[in-house]
Amino acid sequence: MTFSQRHFLGIEGLSRDELLFVLHTAESFREISEREVKKVPTLRGKTIINLFYESSTRTRSSFEIAAKRLSADAINISASTSSVNKGETLLDTARNLCAMRPAALVIRHPASGAPHLLARLDQCPVINAGDGAHEHPTQALLDVMTIREHLGDVAGKSIAIVGDILHSRVARSNILALTTLGAQVRLIGPPTLLPLECSRWGVERHTNLRAGLAGVDAIMMLRLQRERQMRNFFPSLDEYARGFCLTVEALKEAKPNVIILHPGPMNRGVEIDSRVADGPYSVILEQVTNGVAVRMAVLYLLTTQERLATQEQSVTNGQAVGQERTDRQTQPGAWAERPQPGQEKGPSRQPEPFLLPERAVGQ
Amino acid sequence: MPQAAQRIVLDSAAISRALTRIAHEILERNQGGDQLALVGIHTRGVDLSVRLADKIAAVEGVRPQCGAIDITLYRDDVGRTRTQPEVHGTSIPFAVDTMRIVLVDDVLYTGRTVRAAMDALVDFGRPKSIQLAVLVDRGHRELPIRPDYVGKNIPTSYEERVSVCLVEHDGQDRVVIE
Amino acid sequence: MRMVVQNGTVIDPANRLEADRDLLIEEGVIRELGRPGSFAAVEAQRIDASGCVVAPGLIDMHVHLREPGYEYKETVLTGTQAAVAGGFTALACMANTSPVNDNGAVTRFIVEQARAAGLARVFPIGALSKGLHGEELAAIGEMVEAGAVAISDDGRPVMDANLMRRALEYCSMFDVPISVHEEDLHLSAGGSMNEGPTSVRLGIRGVPSVAEEVMVARDIALARLTRGRVHIAHVSTRRAVALVRQAKAEGLAVTAEVAPHHFTLTEAAVEGYDTHAKMSPPLRLADDVTAMKEGLRDGSIDAIATDHAPHHRDEKEVEFDQAAHGVTGLETALPLTLKLVRDGVFCLSEAVRKLSVNPARILGLPYGTLAVGRPADLTLFDTRATWRVDPLASRSRSQNTPFAGWELTGKVRLTMVEGRIVYADCEQEGKPA
Repeated sequence: MTFSQRHFLGIEGLSRDELLFVLHTAESFREISEREVKKVPTLRGKTIINLFYESSTRTRSSFEIAAKRLSADAINISASTSSVNKGETLLDTARNLCAMRPAALVIRHPASGAPHLLARLDQCPVINAGDGAHEHPTQALLDVMTIREHLGDVAGKSIAIVGDILHSRVARSNILALTTLGAQVRLIGPPTLLPLECSRWGVERHTNLRAGLAGVDAIMMLRLQRERQMRNFFPSLDEYARGFCLTVEALKEAKPNVIILHPGPMNRGVEIDSRVADGPYSVILEQVTNGVAVRMAVLYLLTTQERLATQEQSVTNGQAVGQERTDRQTQPGAWAERPQPGQEKGPSRQPEPFLLPERAVGQ
Repeated sequence: MPQAAQRIVLDSAAISRALTRIAHEILERNQGGDQLALVGIHTRGVDLSVRLADKIAAVEGVRPQCGAIDITLYRDDVGRTRTQPEVHGTSIPFAVDTMRIVLVDDVLYTGRTVRAAMDALVDFGRPKSIQLAVLVDRGHRELPIRPDYVGKNIPTSYEERVSVCLVEHDGQDRVVIE
Repeated sequence: MRMVVQNGTVIDPANRLEADRDLLIEEGVIRELGRPGSFAAVEAQRIDASGCVVAPGLIDMHVHLREPGYEYKETVLTGTQAAVAGGFTALACMANTSPVNDNGAVTRFIVEQARAAGLARVFPIGALSKGLHGEELAAIGEMVEAGAVAISDDGRPVMDANLMRRALEYCSMFDVPISVHEEDLHLSAGGSMNEGPTSVRLGIRGVPSVAEEVMVARDIALARLTRGRVHIAHVSTRRAVALVRQAKAEGLAVTAEVAPHHFTLTEAAVEGYDTHAKMSPPLRLADDVTAMKEGLRDGSIDAIATDHAPHHRDEKEVEFDQAAHGVTGLETALPLTLKLVRDGVFCLSEAVRKLSVNPARILGLPYGTLAVGRPADLTLFDTRATWRVDPLASRSRSQNTPFAGWELTGKVRLTMVEGRIVYADCEQEGKPA
């Protein structure tokens, strides 16, 4: 099969086959990071822009390494939303970056739906690296990939997601991915962080950690954002930990060969006990390794269909964008001498005005 | 309406004989199976490399190392093809350095696949030598590449298609020109 | 100067009239209604209303004209241009301008701008609190004297219940209603859409229905206490309608309006992070939409008002969280209401009641009727003509409609204010009368 999505905005909308295809592709990429020369030439000459409006070490470096291992040039832009408030809008920033002809735009943004806004520009493939409380699709893929390495097919497996479900994009993407692949998902957390609407997703809802963990094959811990306490989602970190910290004792409820995932960064002693985080069941560092493979796969799948998509677009709507125009701008002389009206439709006549006045003066 | 004539150019027995001969030639050229490894190019090259390894084992008593290589990420036409090629796994489960490596593929045509495979291989290390074994050489090279072992030379025109069918994937062994 | 509007079907709910009638208009006043052909011998300018409904001019009791201060979004002129194109002959505009309409000077300025524009009648609504800060009463008496017809902090709720109590008591002296934007800010907590399955899925902070309902309940209680006139603006939830229904049954002076988007769209419109579906109160669930229709049918909801809230493109082409609240509505309100008529929610004359008669009654305006001797404010519309909504063709200065591309049925053919034609559908021009 081929992957036909132009953008990678979320797990929502991906079919089971598409998910499995991306996972298989990612699994094929895993080996590259084990080589001595960790680089393939696939995306030579392409530029990937990582536009991060939120601080991130793991995801940003993972995307950067993935791009570099595919021989693409990776540019990181850390923007703070405060500076955006002073001036440029997100769309203007994106328009400017797209004018530099990247092969893909990777965006992390605190507002849900920000990548969708850029995707509507449709200047280049947009990859969601986490938007607000909405989705973090590559994180879900690397989580599922890690679970599959340990447990095989996730269908029929029981997987618990523990913590702040309400605000977690990681939870949303994982719930969608895991349920699409046939896993049974249990959500565990205090009721303030566990919306009642969750039950519509076909998942179980638990407010008791031990009851929720009974017999699970895998446990996905979510990062607790400390500022939630200020807004009365729970009284104190201590009290949260008393109810929902994954301890060695709580772990006894799960299957004996359970694995434990965490998207990082961890709050040790709040949502996860160090003995568990560093213990034999933890696959947290494998997640990080798989993250590179997943991002390589997504970058590969989205950017190697780009030229095709651009060409099709220029035929259908007559707007010469992307590749074609870049080619011409490298040889303006040839273009000015011999305009080829037969090949041009619509607005792509625009280079002419830049050249004609000079010639008129000369004559 | 009859389709463009299908012509069987190698049947199951002929394929087996060709592989047996290639196995002997490999052993002869490399003076035995020491430091020898076979690397098949996805998809049917991998099957052929396994068969060659079996035949070499039958002659020498020692089975050479086998690997599989996917050239997708090394193609020179990334993003230019109508359909996006699927990425399969590459697996080179041995140290490449100092090995004599025989690349194995089903059909040799333009030579671009072999170029990509050599690029992929040297990313794993510095082999002592790289040789090339193909079941069919149909001509029309676009790169300066020459096979070391050939099952059968089959002159073809550009319009013709050479299909290699193997039991492992297609249920039967045969080479067809359409 | 004389005019005859002939061959139309007059719908005048205030006078229980629904029949083919010709109208004779003299000096901007309705002089006589007669059977078709009655005025054939009168020398007058003739307007052919065949195939059209002739209704009292529509009155929108809830718009934002943005002037003074936000002229890049809308002005009194562009807003009234959109209004007359939508069949409205009178508007009541909210106070959240800059400066805020919290004193007589601003009120007079708006009235003056409307007079200069010369299109629809504009009646300012004065702020309840100074600067809309919700702390001190604004100069209500001064504004009423300058022409304000109601009081409201719309755009913001009055969180201080005691301030609301005092305002209700104080306003009873002028017999103007207080229009209330019902939203408990602690419960809405910065939400951008309805709290429900869609907000949870899209990861957008939600505004729960109860944020509206607790405030509706509070203000009804205060209406009971003060005997003041409370008008619930843009009601959007089933339970809020039920509270209004109860209050009316009890005989309290409580009225309510609904915006066309709230009886037409559900929160599903937000899908894809469409900022044109972002407004306050937010679009709710299908069950709430049903409840709006029930409320309109049984009279719990008195009026249809657009909450026309123009915003510049730059305020909508941003992240959903940061997008401005509100949609335009003046040009789409009538066809969306006529859809309710076709769907059997209520009859055409009831639709005219919600769009004209009742707003006039609530605001104490002498319009909403085609009675002899009253100003000739009227709207001619074709209930069958269809058109496609093109935001760029809107007369409003802004294009933020959630109905872009919709095919609507019902088209305004002509709008008249005090006997002056202020809008005529260009499709109809040149048609011999």
